[in-house]
Amino acid sequence: MSWGFLRDLLSGVNKYSTGIGRIWVAVVFIFRLLVYVAAAENIWKYEHDEFECNIKQPGCENVCFDHFFPVSHIRLWALQLIMVSTPSLLVVFHVAYRENREKHYNQKLYKSPGQIDGGLLCTYLISLILKTGFEIVFLVLFYKLYNGFKVPRLVKCDMRPCPSTVDCYISKPTEKMIFLYFLVATSCLCIVLNLSELSYFIFKYSIKCYLKRYNKKCQ
Amino acid sequence: MDWGALQTILGGVNKHSTSIGKIWLTVLFIFRIMILVVAAERVWGDEQDDFICNTLQPGCKNVCYDHFFPISHIRLWALQLIFVSTPALLVAMHVAYRRHEKKRQFRKGDQKCEYKDIEEIRKQRFHIEGSLWWTYTSSIFFRLVFEAVFMYAFYFMYDGFRMPRLMKCNAWPCPNTVDCFVSRPTEKTVFTIFMIAVSSICILLNVAELCYLVTKFFLRRSKKAGNPKHHPNHENKEETKQNEMNELISDSCQNTVIGFSS
Repeated sequence: MSWGFLRDLLSGVNKYSTGIGRIWVAVVFIFRLLVYVAAAENIWKYEHDEFECNIKQPGCENVCFDHFFPVSHIRLWALQLIMVSTPSLLVVFHVAYRENREKHYNQKLYKSPGQIDGGLLCTYLISLILKTGFEIVFLVLFYKLYNGFKVPRLVKCDMRPCPSTVDCYISKPTEKMIFLYFLVATSCLCIVLNLSELSYFIFKYSIKCYLKRYNKKCQ
Repeated sequence: MDWGALQTILGGVNKHSTSIGKIWLTVLFIFRIMILVVAAERVWGDEQDDFICNTLQPGCKNVCYDHFFPISHIRLWALQLIFVSTPALLVAMHVAYRRHEKKRQFRKGDQKCEYKDIEEIRKQRFHIEGSLWWTYTSSIFFRLVFEAVFMYAFYFMYDGFRMPRLMKCNAWPCPNTVDCFVSRPTEKTVFTIFMIAVSSICILLNVAELCYLVTKFFLRRSKKAGNPKHHPNHENKEETKQNEMNELISDSCQNTVIGFSS
């Protein structure tokens, strides 16, 4: 069980997505998942070992690390990737449900089970709203937990058992900051893609409704 | 999810590339991605553990390491490879879109569609012409730009491509100017120069491909302009002349026949 599982799941979603949805899948795979696995994971690999405080008091380093990093950046990043990819599964489940219904009644109930109309359209819109919601929630969480997206070189810690205010040094702060900004930029790009897709659907179906009403009036 | 997934995606683009494009893809996979994963990652694996400063002051090593390596070589290469591979996806998306349109035509039963079944459409190789030419050329252009930007970033951040053995650091909290020693500097220099050399080869291949595509485009255009069969006005003039001659001949024949009969 690894990221490959998520990749296979999302490849299935790609079939039932619009053009913008496919661009979103490509951005998530390449600029978020691949960057995470190929580069970002290694930066945070030894973050605890390399976190150093200017004191020999046993336990002080542990306590200070725990105070400043309640949840590590990299774990939050992984959680964000999982949560943001999962709403797309609603669409896959709905299509599977449609296909099952057709098999059960042994007749063609839908024009095409994968076509985005009717109930599947609602599911798709809900999945878009959830995806956008999760992205925003995680960005806000990052911002609140770490006071912005900066990673300082030095943090001052006075938790017990540290005897006084002690200087603690974070490893690779600049590199971590660069990748955090990269994370934020790709999240924002994904939010923009989701909102564009949402607008596209709303616009398309409003025009359809309007034209239907107009044709009825003419008749 | 790893480099293998990228390889699968790019492998699909290979079918629709030019020969130079295929060579570029091979160079990318074998001399860059494979070298990165198999060798370079190990060389840089212990970079911070074995970065040693001549002081016991806690925090000095961390701060000095961060000062001299704002972003590690290995991460910069990984980002470079990801960015350089991405424009090829534009071509993959365009090809997928064309295939989708052809499948739609086939399903509608369009008489213009010349395919026998959907499998044929899936396996078809598209020639680089029309809008696909523009997509392909733009993707090569973006590749070039990304390669150049990353090479410049490398040069700018590390003052050249050599990895020094010793760095002098006086960032706070180091008590004074402290000697810091980089681990495996020669091996890192060798790999850096190797990666830069292969980047340069890739840039040359991209430039050659761009020139080839532009030349092909202009040659095709001049062939179309020079070929009389395809010139509609010329064709019409020829046909009208021939029609006039035919009429004259038939008129004179009729007159002769009428002349004989009377």
